[in-house]
Amino acid sequence: MEQKTKIHAEDGKQELTITREFDLPLELLFKAYEEPELIEQWMGTKVLKLENKKHGSYQFETTDPKGNKHGFNGTIHEFSPNQKITRTFEMEHTPFAVQLEFLEFEQLTEDTSKLTMHVVYKSVAMRDQMLKLPFAQGINMAHNRIQDILRKLK
Amino acid sequence: MNLRRDVFQAIADPTRRAILLLVATQSMTAGAIAANFDTARPTVSKHLQILTECELLKQEQSGREVSYHINAKKMKEVADFIEPFRQMWDGRFNKLESVMKKYKSKK
Repeated sequence: MEQKTKIHAEDGKQELTITREFDLPLELLFKAYEEPELIEQWMGTKVLKLENKKHGSYQFETTDPKGNKHGFNGTIHEFSPNQKITRTFEMEHTPFAVQLEFLEFEQLTEDTSKLTMHVVYKSVAMRDQMLKLPFAQGINMAHNRIQDILRKLK
Repeated sequence: MNLRRDVFQAIADPTRRAILLLVATQSMTAGAIAANFDTARPTVSKHLQILTECELLKQEQSGREVSYHINAKKMKEVADFIEPFRQMWDGRFNKLESVMKKYKSKK
């Protein structure tokens, strides 16, 4: 089965590419990145601020199941409707450095579209750490017991 | 390569991830594992079989029953890999797609 979301991450590089084909017209795909109410719905985050323009910035906030708030923010460098968004992305209060994101939106057919996200990290090590994060998180969220196991593995 | 792929299919399933968590700190018999789930015992057995085939679990004969424990080495291999990251994004984008389809039909 062909996967809709693909990750391309070469060994030893501080960048990666995420591609995804959507059963959505290009305009709708782009709208999902443009409208705060829609971003809130699909990202499960609160949009505190979003200025879709060059020199603009954004600020999102998510609340985890324990009620802790996590902030995300970045600066927008390029905003071309239905074409591309270039921005930085930073997770506040984490050891992760800011990352640079190039988002490109393409029409495939009238009803389908494609998103290419090119993400550049501060270092190779930082990228690899980000790649491992969801695995660790998924497990931790379900149960804290595994933390001991992971600690032993390191 | 085929084996690696199977490992990620194995951990893609929420019940199988829950099983891995259960046996993370102690060996458990199939019966004891099954008691933690509402699903039928044969379903749990099937999950255990898949996890064992992928070497995420190891079997051990304890008396008349077989008990299962986690294969830490294999888990580490998985932890190093990309698939959970891909699945996180896939989930996110699936959500985007469904939100936008609803949005479209409302208009």
